[in-house]
Amino acid sequence: MALFTGLIDKFRQGLRRTQEVVLRPLGHLLGLKKLDEDQLLELEDLLLQADLGVHAVDRLMLRLRFELKRSNEIDPKAILKDELLKVLHQQPTRPFVAPSTQVVLLVGVNGVGKTTTLGKLAAHLKGRGEDVLVVAGDTFRAAAIDQLELWGERAGVPVIRNQMGGDPAAIAFDGATSAKAKGTHWVLIDTAGRLHTKDHLMKELDKIRRSLQKVIPDAPHRVLLVLDATTGQNGIHQAEAFKQAAGVTDLVLTKLDGSAKGGVVVPILERLKLPIAFVGVGEGVDDLIPFDADAFVDGLLDV
Amino acid sequence: MFDSLTEKLSKAMKALRGQSKLTESNIDEALREVRMALLEADVHVAVARTFLTRVKEKALGAEVLQGLNPGQAFIDIVHKELVEIMGGQADEKPLSFAAQPPTVVMMVGLQGAGKTTTCGKLAKFLKKNGSSPLLVPADVYRPAAIEQLHVVAKDAGIPSFHHESKNPVEICEAALKEAKLKGWDVVILDTAGRLHLDETLMAELSRIKAACEPSEILFVADAMTGQDAVRSAGSFHEQLGITGVILTKTDGDTRGGAAFSIKQATGRPIKFTGSGEKLDDFERFHPDRMAQRILGMGDVLSLIEHAKDKIDEKDAERLANRMAKNQFTLEDMRQQFQQVSKLGSMTKIMGMLPLPGITKEQKEQMAGLATDKRMKHLTAILDSMTPKERANHNLLDAKRKRRVAGGSGRSVQEVNQLIKQYLEMKKMMTQMNDPKFMTRMQRMAGAMKGGGMGSPF
Ligand SMILES: Nc1nc2c(ncn2[C@@H]2O[C@H](COP(=O)(O)OP(=O)(O)OP(=O)(O)O)[C@@H](O)[C@H]2O)c(=O)[nH]1
Ligand SMILES: Nc1nc2c(ncn2[C@@H]2O[C@H](COP(=O)(O)OP(=O)(O)OP(=O)(O)O)[C@@H](O)[C@H]2O)c(=O)[nH]1
Ligand SMILES: [Mg+2]
Ligand SMILES: [Mg+2]
Repeated sequence: MALFTGLIDKFRQGLRRTQEVVLRPLGHLLGLKKLDEDQLLELEDLLLQADLGVHAVDRLMLRLRFELKRSNEIDPKAILKDELLKVLHQQPTRPFVAPSTQVVLLVGVNGVGKTTTLGKLAAHLKGRGEDVLVVAGDTFRAAAIDQLELWGERAGVPVIRNQMGGDPAAIAFDGATSAKAKGTHWVLIDTAGRLHTKDHLMKELDKIRRSLQKVIPDAPHRVLLVLDATTGQNGIHQAEAFKQAAGVTDLVLTKLDGSAKGGVVVPILERLKLPIAFVGVGEGVDDLIPFDADAFVDGLLDV
Repeated sequence: MFDSLTEKLSKAMKALRGQSKLTESNIDEALREVRMALLEADVHVAVARTFLTRVKEKALGAEVLQGLNPGQAFIDIVHKELVEIMGGQADEKPLSFAAQPPTVVMMVGLQGAGKTTTCGKLAKFLKKNGSSPLLVPADVYRPAAIEQLHVVAKDAGIPSFHHESKNPVEICEAALKEAKLKGWDVVILDTAGRLHLDETLMAELSRIKAACEPSEILFVADAMTGQDAVRSAGSFHEQLGITGVILTKTDGDTRGGAAFSIKQATGRPIKFTGSGEKLDDFERFHPDRMAQRILGMGDVLSLIEHAKDKIDEKDAERLANRMAKNQFTLEDMRQQFQQVSKLGSMTKIMGMLPLPGITKEQKEQMAGLATDKRMKHLTAILDSMTPKERANHNLLDAKRKRRVAGGSGRSVQEVNQLIKQYLEMKKMMTQMNDPKFMTRMQRMAGAMKGGGMGSPF
């Protein structure tokens, strides 16, 4: 019992210390013109809290230390922003225009916000006057099709579906065929959440791809990897695996309305040079906005 | 770019090798490596710092037990501390029940964490243990959330509550009444995902809590969560007083440092883990396994879980049993080879194995077996042995080896290599199953370096 209370105390202590660090703003450090060793270490910890990862933070700190050696006074915020923007600007996103039928596939691990993002995107495209067809490619998760149909209603666009347990590649094929025949601008395909480590599920994405190509040879035109902003370093593995298995063209970062800042996209973009097309900032139909690197970096440095 | 965490720890140990005491200066290097390992596993920075201070205190005073070198002693301390903080031995009852049924269990958490799925898993688990649960859909916001819970309930063979109200508090209260009336002894409330920053929705949870007096408020957290875990879990706990945690999506390759962060931020026990989308993919939380995972030590169980998808489950289980009993034979190796071709991504599996001292290249070489045509040759050699020889490799004297070589069209040298490889595998498996594995890591690393691990390939 004594051991037990001792432990509890330790937890409390840990919590207090944790909160202290969590709550201390980055701002006061970024405003300094000179940083001593302790302040640099503190800054390092704060950057790590944004999920930038050890490697990216090391690089940022190296640059700061270098600048500190070089000049008497520095502007830490401007330096960090500069470094981060370099990474984020590497690859601009292509505009979403539909000269012919464009097929968009949404992929990602479980629960990140694929279906919701698809619903928002459908509403957006429909809102600017283009035709959209939504394909219920998640035939696995409980009520996934019902969820998507409700989003279809919300967006005012048709949803094509088969029964639960059906073949996602088959329904994707049907969707592409119908859209091509009617000249629909956009085909948005929802897929079941899958962990990137499950080879057989990753192969299923390739099967969907191939069946789309039977109808529209250059489909899918966009493959959006949906990432949850609360994700830690595992996001890197996710991005690498989905890029390889599904030919990801763009990232979508969801749940940025929470307290997580989605810093893991920095190490991801350092490796994969992908654009971030959109960010999700809520559960409502309008809560999908184009990625703004500047605002994003401000968010990161505002932890 | 990321070295495997295992490699980092071996490096940390190497830094201490050959020194007889744990001192301030020799520990610091090792602590830095452990810090890196923790951060790459997504343990919160501040949590990692507190932990390292604690480890350092322990380590400095520690006596190095006989038979251990300082490196081993250090790793042992790190591991033990982590296990202790994450919950020690999980032996108590996982859930507390109300003195007066029904017991109310409330599932809460961020969006998409896995609450609805976990409700079904928990209900099924409880039913197996003799309870009669009722599932209650209290998410009136997410499209088709109610339908989703009904489907999950049906799959689990558990009744779910139907009510036309759009008010979560009303739904929960009505469900409680119904449960009392009909004798359901556990009521599981599936609440909508929400941000801890959302005051209105957090207040709604408090109202449900006040109305239903739950015995358990379980925070469902995604194992892939990064640094934010401390904030979200801490804030849910502060606002609601959670009683425990369920960690979902552990079936991927995340290191799961969030588990440690959440435990530290809330002080509440992690009770269960979810390891798949199916309703049976649900286990009691094992602090020991989790600690190994966070530290990147691999774990033969997650290896088996990974292989489960492809390998016949019975075979995997049988193999695990044989490994546990140290009965791994050439026959097992043969069957394993047959499975390997089904497995595909051996690299990933090798990455999960705790093999300090084996470099990434060596692992890749070993993984390369899966596609290599030598795989076929090895199988041919094994096929040419008699069942007795496969059951007992000691029977293979020079004469028999020549026969096997002739029968398979390979050279005697290749037969020898195969046997050598078999012995290495057997040794690896013994190591992995030994509870004192930690303290053996170094010895093993030495053996690997001396032995011909690289040579068969
Ligand atoms: N706060 C917030 N919640 C979001 C956002 N995007 C999605 N969500 C919520 O996250 C949860 C999961 O979203 P889904 O769209 O069902 O996720 P999914 O990736 O389709 O999930 P699976 O198909 O089960 O893998 C839902 O509760 C959504 O409302 C966002 O940008 N912000
Ligand atoms: N791989 C894996 N997937 C899981 C696990 N638990 C849940 N999921 C999946 O994660 C996704 C989200 O699960 P839900 O149960 O809908 O999550 P939720 O917390 O109820 O979501 P909201 O109600 O929208 O907040 C689904 O695709 C589930 O199948 C798990 O342990 N492993
Ligand atoms: Mg979905
Ligand atoms: Mg739910």
